[in-house]
Parts: sequence; structure tokens; C-alpha cells
Amino acid sequence: MASNWFSQVAAVTAVNLRTVPQRRGSSLATIVGVAGVVIVSIAVFSIAEGVRHTLSASAASDTAVVLRSGSDSEMMSGLQRDATRIIAEAPGVRRSPAGPAASAELYVIVDLPKRSTGTDANVPLRGVQPAAFDVRDQVRIVEGRRFEPGRNEVVVGRAAASQFAGLDVGNHLRWGENEWTVVGIFEANGGLPESEIWCDVGVLQPAYRRGSTFQSVYAKLDSPAAFTAFKDALTSDPRLDVKVVREDEYYAAQSRALTGLIRIIGAFITVLMGAGAVFAALNTMYAAVAARAREIATLRALGFRAGPVVVSVLAESLLLALAGGVIGAGVAWLAFDGFQTSTLNWSTFSQLSFSFAVTPPLIALGVVCSLLMGLIGGLFPAIRAARLPVATALREL
Amino acid sequence: MKFLPLIWSNLKRKKVRTIFTVLSVFVSFLLFGFLVAVDNAFTSGVDVAGADRLLVIHKVSLIQPLPATYGPRIKAVPGVEAVTFANWFGGIYQDPKNFFGQMAVDKDTFLDLYPEYVLPAEQKKAWLADRAGAIIGRQLADRFGFKVGDRIPIQATIYRKPDGSNLWEFNVSGIYDGAEKATDTSGLYFRYDYLNEGMGGRLGFVGWYVVRIADPARAADLSKRIDGLFANSPAETKTNTEKAFAQSFANQVGNIGAIVRWVLTAVFLIMLVVTGNTMAQAVRERTNELAVLKTLGFSRGKVLGLVLAESLAIAVLGGGLGLLLAIGVFIPALGKALRSFLPVFFLPTGALLTGVALILLFGTAAGLLPAAQAMRLRIVDALRRV
Repeated sequence: MASNWFSQVAAVTAVNLRTVPQRRGSSLATIVGVAGVVIVSIAVFSIAEGVRHTLSASAASDTAVVLRSGSDSEMMSGLQRDATRIIAEAPGVRRSPAGPAASAELYVIVDLPKRSTGTDANVPLRGVQPAAFDVRDQVRIVEGRRFEPGRNEVVVGRAAASQFAGLDVGNHLRWGENEWTVVGIFEANGGLPESEIWCDVGVLQPAYRRGSTFQSVYAKLDSPAAFTAFKDALTSDPRLDVKVVREDEYYAAQSRALTGLIRIIGAFITVLMGAGAVFAALNTMYAAVAARAREIATLRALGFRAGPVVVSVLAESLLLALAGGVIGAGVAWLAFDGFQTSTLNWSTFSQLSFSFAVTPPLIALGVVCSLLMGLIGGLFPAIRAARLPVATALREL
Repeated sequence: MKFLPLIWSNLKRKKVRTIFTVLSVFVSFLLFGFLVAVDNAFTSGVDVAGADRLLVIHKVSLIQPLPATYGPRIKAVPGVEAVTFANWFGGIYQDPKNFFGQMAVDKDTFLDLYPEYVLPAEQKKAWLADRAGAIIGRQLADRFGFKVGDRIPIQATIYRKPDGSNLWEFNVSGIYDGAEKATDTSGLYFRYDYLNEGMGGRLGFVGWYVVRIADPARAADLSKRIDGLFANSPAETKTNTEKAFAQSFANQVGNIGAIVRWVLTAVFLIMLVVTGNTMAQAVRERTNELAVLKTLGFSRGKVLGLVLAESLAIAVLGGGLGLLLAIGVFIPALGKALRSFLPVFFLPTGALLTGVALILLFGTAAGLLPAAQAMRLRIVDALRRV
């Protein structure tokens, strides 16, 4: 009984699929429609994915960021030198013979022209202490060398170097009254530091008239679990007035607004375009059913039941949509994955360089969406096919 | 005109198909309205920027403050009509999610430089009389239900008072409206003297200067002069027109316009294929009827016109509904959802005209190929086909 049902399904579906080339135009329209939706939505979501990846790739849960209490980002924070020393000596901070893995930092913005447009953009310049390279252990110099403490030298993140003009090793740059030399390029697993320019904080403070103040302390802890003790020690210290957050949470909060906006817009575009593609698929499948009305009626007269007819129409629509989905995902991946660009990070008012990330979950999402469109687009025509009155359909010309 | 019933019955011939085709065109134009509004939200600052206003910022970057002493020196430059200054406050109202801009401004000159902020005279008087007074934009007032006389507490993130307190309170003296639809009314402006007093009276710096010049054509020349005043000082300046500033800011966000155009092109190409295909189907099915029409004496031109009119009708119906719904329902609703990110969210009139032109273009393009086929139909061949 069951095998009979399946063989009916197989037979009708095979007949259906063999007639697809006869409806080349409308089948192609369905494929193109679905592919278009998948390409556009994957492209938009890959922006959000890229931003999220950049802000989380190099952030660790065993790194703590210490800011002045009440400030949301480094831009607004301020810490005195004494406070940064107390923080570096706090319990839970990883230590090596060179001292504690804690870096007091200053975060400012400089104007540099974008390579793509030539217009000025706010590029983050971070003054760090030597321990910064131990705190962010994923940072490696890939060209040139580190800056030397006390000199006007900078190292530049890989992404910033590719987005902004003049950041090549050996170049001289002028900001305010000081001239700086680019001495190296670094990578950080595609993370946020790659958007930044780093220099010695001791040189940056006088250059920006910040006296002996800093904005943040980044500290590497013994383990993620050491965070609570570290935080409690600092927040209960009467000499300090600070806020302590895990680095990964700090950056996740920064990415939330931007990725939230992109996702709202992306979802809206996807739903609308998806609806458009479903209408196209419905048209195609209704036409397919109408064109084969006599054929379907003949099958029914021969004893084929309604189920296999429904399944065969659905199978055709699903296959067309799947083809569109796979093509769309492939095109999106080839065209957008890794596309480098930069935008404004509102939390720090500075440029965030990132690349579009077409991730496997996004591709899966695209294919699932395409199947959904195929399902909706095929379901109603399939029901109509099954309900065709055999006698009238046979009489039709 | 007499062919209207014929076109109408052609459309009704396959109701389901017509409805779905109209719906897919409808969706495309809804999307058009939405995306153009997004693009406009990022770039409208450039269009509304005052042509006679220059911005003077620190040469290194916007976040570096400028000495408060620069104002009179800029004012003395020949060709400069008025000068004011502003300072970013960056506080939090209840929750960081409730973001809106707060600026400390000079009470005496600010409104003179920004005539697009329309404030009733008595509210202006109240603001001048109350040191802790603030004027807020209409959109901001609507967002949180602020009324004149309310007290708004803001947590400072940058300006902590000498006694260590973060809390600043402002009295709503007035609510300003935008002179134009594109005017951003999402901000709060309060008095710089209140900020300075709260900080112990030793602020000594401002964020940036705004300069009105008599002749916009001299903007480049005056910018150079102003920057020349402070060359080789510890705080060198960079002066530019407000428009150039808004443009560079929009560029910083990214090339939104290019992304939007790219998506729209994709959407329209796809919809063209889809609708064109439906039209072709409709014509193919009616080969016999078209041949009969020709036999009855319909000219080639008339047959072409009939098919084109049908596809135009679908485009106008779907596209028109899409644009109307976008303006009437979707854009206001989304504007509300997105207001903390994009304070200015509407469809400009120019874009509306583009939309109408696109509808006509789209209807013609989708019907052109099938219409041409129908026109070239030879009666003998067509009637022979069953």
C-alpha cells in the first residue's frame, strides 16, 4: 500500500519534472526571483555579521576593561595615573616577570582620508603601554616592527591600513604639531584592534595635552572566573570610582546598536522581496497546473490519488526554489564574502573597519528561506491540482 | 478610451494571476519607498545644511575642543556676519538606549544662526530668563512626552561636576519645530553658561564654532582666512561649509546611497523578469484572440497599445498602491521604530516623482517584448494554431 503510494508519487513527479523545460520562461522567472531574494538578504545580513565578527573576534572574557564609572565608552572615560597603578596591582591580574598584564590607555581620533572616497574619516588612535601586546595576545606584527617607547612611532591595524590613505610602513604622518612614522602593521584575528592605530601612550598624552590622565585600563586576568574577584576588589576600593566590564561584553554592547539597525532593515527587505518572489512562484505553479490540467485529470481517471498529485506539484516548486536558493547563496558568497569596508562606530565616534561575512549559518538561512518560498508558492496550486474535477478537466481543450 | 472595457476584461481573464502580478509590483514599490527613505535619512543633512554657514572644528579631529577665546577673533574677520558655538554634552536620559543629542550652546546667538529651528517668542524669552532652561525638538518632545515646564534629568558621561555628581537637570523652556520636513528636531539644546557654572566656571573651551557669512560664494576664501588666524597655534582649526561637513559625515557612515541603489536595481530587474514573464504568458494564451482582433481590422499600433496598456495598468495599480502605502503607513511606522537611529525618516517629494516615473517605465518595459510579439503576429499563422 505504502510502496504503491510512493511509486505513484515518484511516477507523477518524474513526469512533472520532465515537462519543466516546456515552461522554461516561467520556471526561469521563479529561479531568478528566488535567487535575487537570497542574494540581497544574504548581502545585507552579512554586513551585520561582519560587524559583529569584528567586534567579537578578538574580545576575550578573561580580559577586563576598566573605565570611569558612568561612562559607556572609552571616549567619555577618564582615569588618573594613580588609579591605573592601583588597577594593575589588583588581584586576578595575570603577572609575568615583566610585570602585570595591564595596559593603561588613551583613545583619541585623528582625521585620515578614506582610500575609496578621499574624504576625511575619524580614525581611532590608541595610546598603549607595552603590556598591551600581552593583554591582547592575538595581536601580531606582520610587517615592520613594534613602536619604540618614547618615540613618535605608530603601528597600524591591517584593516585600517587598507581603508585609509597613507598608512604604509615607512610613511610619515602629521597630526597637530607632531610628526609620526608608521613602523609596522599588525593583525588581530580580524578583530577590532585591526581598525586602530597604536602608539606609545607616554608620547600621546603630551601630544594631546592630556597631562597624566588615561581613559581605560585593559587587564588580562588569570582566568575568566577571576573576573568577579577583580571587579569586586576595584569597585569596593574607596580610592577608585570605576566601572569594570568584560571585554567581550563591552564590545558586544557596542555592536548591538549598529547590527540591530542593519538587521531591522535587512529583515524588512527580505520579507518584502520574499513576498514578491512568492507571488512569482505562485504564478508559475498555477500556470504549470493549468497547462497540465488534462494530464492531471487523465492520471486521476487512471486511478492515481490526490496525494501524489499534490506532492508532485510541491516537489516541482520546491526544486525550482532550491535551485534559486543555491544559486543565490553561491553568488552572494562569491560576490560579498570578505568585501572590506568601514563605517562609523557610534559608541566611539570613530571608524570601524570590517569585511562582509557570508557565514555558513547565513547560507543555510538563505536556502531555508528559498525552500519556504517554494513551499508557499507551490502549496495552493498543488491543492488546486488535486481538486480539479476530472470530467471537466478532461473535456477542456 | 473606448478600449478600456477590453483592457479591463483582459485583466480579469485570469484574476489570480493578475492579482499576484499586481501584488509583486506593489511589493517592489513599497520597498522602493522604504529604501529611498533610508538613503534620505543618512543624506538629508547634506541637503538642508545652510549654504551660508561654516563650521570651525579642531584640525586634528572634531572631538578636540577649541579655546573659548576664538569667537571674537573669528567675528572680526571681514565677511563674517555672526558667530556662535556649541559643545557636545553626551549624557544619558534614564537608559543608554534612549539616545538623543544634547548640546550646550550660546543662548544669545544660537537661534540667530539656526533660523530653521522655529521657537515661539515667549518660549524664547523663557529660555533666556532661565539659566537651567533647555529647548527641545518636536520629535524629542513627542518621543518621551516632554512638555514645557518639565524637568529632564540627564546623567553626564563626560561632564562630571566638581562635587562628583553626574546629575544635570534641565527645565524645558520651549519646544522648537523644524522649518522644513527634513529639519532634525530630535535634539536638546541648553545654555553653555549653565554648563560652565556647573563645572565650576572654568571650562574655557567649546566644541566647535558656527559662522554665518554674508556671501556663500566666498566660503572657501573665508575658511582659509579663519584657519590662517590660528595657524601654528596649539589648537589649529579646520573650517568648512556645513554642507561639506555633513557630506563627509555621511561618507563616514558608508556609501549608503550606493548600497540602496544596488539593492533597488536588483529588485527591479528581478521584478521586470517576473512581470515580463507573466505578461508574455498572458499574450501567448491569447494568440487566437489577438489574431481575431487583427482580422477585425485592428492596426498593428492598436494591438501593441492594447498589450502595453494592460501591463501599464498592472504597474500603475501595483506601484501606485505600493507608493501610497509606503508614504501613508510603512514609513511613518518604521520611522517610529528607527527614530533613535535615524531621526529624519520620510520620503522626499523628488523621490516620489522618481517613483511615479519608475512605475511608467516599469510598466512599459515589462510589456514591451510581449506587445511587440503581438504586434508582429501574422493572422494566418496565429489562427492556424490551436
